[in-house]
Amino acid sequence: MAAHGTTHTHEEGGHHEPHVVPVWYYVGVYIILLVLLVLTVVVSRFDLGALNIIVALLVAVAKTSLVILIFMGVKWASRLAWIWSVFGFIWLLVLFGTLGDYITREWVHLPMGW
Amino acid sequence: MSSISVPGAVPVPESRKERENYLNIQHTVASWLLTLDHKRIAILYLLGITFMFAIGGAAAAGIRIALVRPHDTFFSNEVYNKLFSIHGIVMVFFFLVPSIPAVFGNFALPLMIGARDVAFPRLNLLSWYLYMTGSFLMLLAIIFGGVDTGWTFYTPYSSVYSDTNVSLVIFGVFIAGFSSIATGVNFLVTIHKMRAPGMTWFRMPLFVWAMYATSIIMILGTPVVAITLFLVAMERIFGFCVFNPVCGGDPLLFEHLFWFYSHPAVYIMILPSMGVVSEVIACFSRKRIFGYEFVGFSSLAIALLGFLVWGHHMFVTGESMYSGMVFSLLSFLIAVPSAIKVFNWSATLYKGNIWLSAPMIYALGFIGLFTIGGLTGLYLASLAVDVHLNMTYFVVAHFHYVMVGGAIFGFMAALHFWWPKMTGRLYPESWAKLAALIMFIGFNLTFFPQFILGYLGMPRRYHYYLPEYQAWNILSSAGASVLAVGYIIPFCYLLWSLFKGAPAGDNPWGAVGLEWTISSPPPSHNYDEVPIVTWEAYDYEPVIQAELAGAAVGHPLMTTEEPYIKETE
Amino acid sequence: MSTVELEHPTFAPQHVGHQFEELDQQNDAYIVGIWIFLVTEIMFFGALFLALTIYRYNYATAFEEAHNALNWKLGMLNTFILLTSSFFMAMAVRAKTLDHRSETKMWLGLTLLCAFGFLTVKYFEYSAEIREHHFPGPTFRWEAPSRANVEANTPLIQMSEAPKGIAGLGNYTPQPIEHHAHQLFFSLYFIMTGLHGLHVLVGILVLGCLWVLIAVKHPAVEDYIPLEIGGIYWHFVDIVWIFLYPLVYLIGRQ
Repeated sequence: MAAHGTTHTHEEGGHHEPHVVPVWYYVGVYIILLVLLVLTVVVSRFDLGALNIIVALLVAVAKTSLVILIFMGVKWASRLAWIWSVFGFIWLLVLFGTLGDYITREWVHLPMGW
Repeated sequence: MSSISVPGAVPVPESRKERENYLNIQHTVASWLLTLDHKRIAILYLLGITFMFAIGGAAAAGIRIALVRPHDTFFSNEVYNKLFSIHGIVMVFFFLVPSIPAVFGNFALPLMIGARDVAFPRLNLLSWYLYMTGSFLMLLAIIFGGVDTGWTFYTPYSSVYSDTNVSLVIFGVFIAGFSSIATGVNFLVTIHKMRAPGMTWFRMPLFVWAMYATSIIMILGTPVVAITLFLVAMERIFGFCVFNPVCGGDPLLFEHLFWFYSHPAVYIMILPSMGVVSEVIACFSRKRIFGYEFVGFSSLAIALLGFLVWGHHMFVTGESMYSGMVFSLLSFLIAVPSAIKVFNWSATLYKGNIWLSAPMIYALGFIGLFTIGGLTGLYLASLAVDVHLNMTYFVVAHFHYVMVGGAIFGFMAALHFWWPKMTGRLYPESWAKLAALIMFIGFNLTFFPQFILGYLGMPRRYHYYLPEYQAWNILSSAGASVLAVGYIIPFCYLLWSLFKGAPAGDNPWGAVGLEWTISSPPPSHNYDEVPIVTWEAYDYEPVIQAELAGAAVGHPLMTTEEPYIKETE
Repeated sequence: MSTVELEHPTFAPQHVGHQFEELDQQNDAYIVGIWIFLVTEIMFFGALFLALTIYRYNYATAFEEAHNALNWKLGMLNTFILLTSSFFMAMAVRAKTLDHRSETKMWLGLTLLCAFGFLTVKYFEYSAEIREHHFPGPTFRWEAPSRANVEANTPLIQMSEAPKGIAGLGNYTPQPIEHHAHQLFFSLYFIMTGLHGLHVLVGILVLGCLWVLIAVKHPAVEDYIPLEIGGIYWHFVDIVWIFLYPLVYLIGRQ
């Protein structure tokens, strides 16, 4: 079991205390996540055209950011962890460059040649 | 600064044998199969990939035998299709992708940064088991009759119509992919977190930069091919609808997803080789690599740019003209960082003190052959020219120049450069030089005629061809037999050297680098004390001064007790 | 940002691997390591989202009809379950950091309960969908009560008898054309939710092992890092579902 009180063990070198998040942080984020969930579902019941998918994505990104920053602790983690937590999503956008092919397949050839 | 001191300065082989190292510390099979030592895992990988190389090579032999005659009756259509498929799959997924990272990355990377092991040794061992499992499944598939889809698994042939062992092969490749991912994660964390004090990013050897860039590609690309092949397997086994046009699927989506990994995969294969070449050129020119920062950044640039060009494999299969233009432009751009490396290596050689050792011959061969391969890639990146050259032997020649002339020559350079460190033995230098020459000649004889064949219009993956192509095909097959000799000779003398080779000192090449400051073979824990790095990478000045003064070599901070054995021819 | 005073600081001698110099280096390495692993998971699932996007772009009508057949209420329940499990997980890691063993076990147990609940809901969803013949493959049938039904059951590609005497056709026989792109939607649906469910299952195994190790006071979990890593993995499983639910269940219209 953990040694209580003031005994430090320095045999393994310096050890920083882990950051402990207050409970209300987690509760607050949880409530916001539930609100965002309800928002997603409500918005989807209306037909807003292209806006539907934009709102859905924005809400999903918001929820994800909250989970990553607070629940997964990136807000208080090292810069390296922060970089890697963002990098994957950015690189996913490169993969979505594939859409470029599908969108441009229908394009009419430029007039007057080129 | 740590150094291993040997009591007494007499270079007696017996005292070397008595010293405990990672090889002789334990002899049981269990100590090898359950090892957590990155050096032992590297040896295990070396055994695995050598075996798979032999399998892929056997398939290649079959191909070249078949192509000697325009109307081959040696193999049926089905068997020929299986031969080139197996050759491609085994060579790409089970040899080239792991080769340098899994063997030399595992062995040398922790040593080069002054670490005692990689960040996650158990993950490292797991990665080897994953590789062996994947290889085993591949071998099983070959025994059960192989696959005939080509290594590219284009749908819907692979997912619906082929009646060969596609799912089994996919399973094997899928598992081997996880081996790759595990290696990538391990190397990235190791490089980030375990460099010795004082080793800043810009004091790292360029091989470490190359491993970092390679690992980035591994983790970003491999998952995509994994899920893509998984989708093919789902379509095949359960009849799902994913890529089959009959139910609305798009075969081109498969190609997009497949090439999103498989193009960066070729950079997984070449970047480590480039890293090796940097090490070897620096050592055997006795010079710091010219433009060190440029070479380091170019590795990262190749890794990232490599993800933007996958569509150049699909110019003629139906992607939109506009995306074709974008991919063509980007493909030209990626030649730039590669060219930067070639220029910098050349500048390093200029006014260097050149020592034409076997690793150096392979490295120089790399520079020339990779340049040819890279330039011919530009031909293929040009949209209009590609219409004529795509799916011909020009493509085959291009990628063999970069994969064999590039990646494999780099692998051979690494093998010879680090062999004394890994085994504590010197290989016979004259045989090595001869083998390098034979390999160079054999390689060019095999693949240069294929450029001509492609230009003349011979399609790839065919074993019937027009009679006017026969002369070039015979030349190519003759070259292949010379190349085979070039592979067999090192296999023989390296094996021989394990038993009869002269014992190697700590630093037989007089190289600068942390791995050369410890014994050959190194002790299990690598370093008694963690080295503190205060010097720049490739600090060869003191080495040159010492050698010019006639003294026994070595960086003054890395003295060995015995002179290195330099063969004078 | 203020930190809470540690009541029971975790200063117990903790095992540092021989390859590391100090505990901080080891802990940092594990955190960076799990994030790099998650990058691979992002690319893994991301490719599926790409396929979904492309096919939705090509077959908007069919995908809208098909997605209406999904049970969005059960999906919403599952989203609620996973978000709650993420909250429980965060509390569990917090408790472990403070070295409150019983509290950790409670929160972790609740997380596992949510995970089981998720899989149970999925079981009911899948059963219903299989009963409706929406599982892709030879058993797939699309019967939407609409004009679209006619269109849906009309072959996408007209194929006549294979002409005889064409070299190379070999064993090929024209497959009876089944359905419109609804099967494509359901293939992606089952693969995406199936793989996600597999990750939930793995999460149950990992978190379950951690729960047992904590319960028996195993030295491997003396430090909070193993649970934190398990937690980070679990939160990622939640994130995949956060994107999956709206994009698969809710968005169908163009």
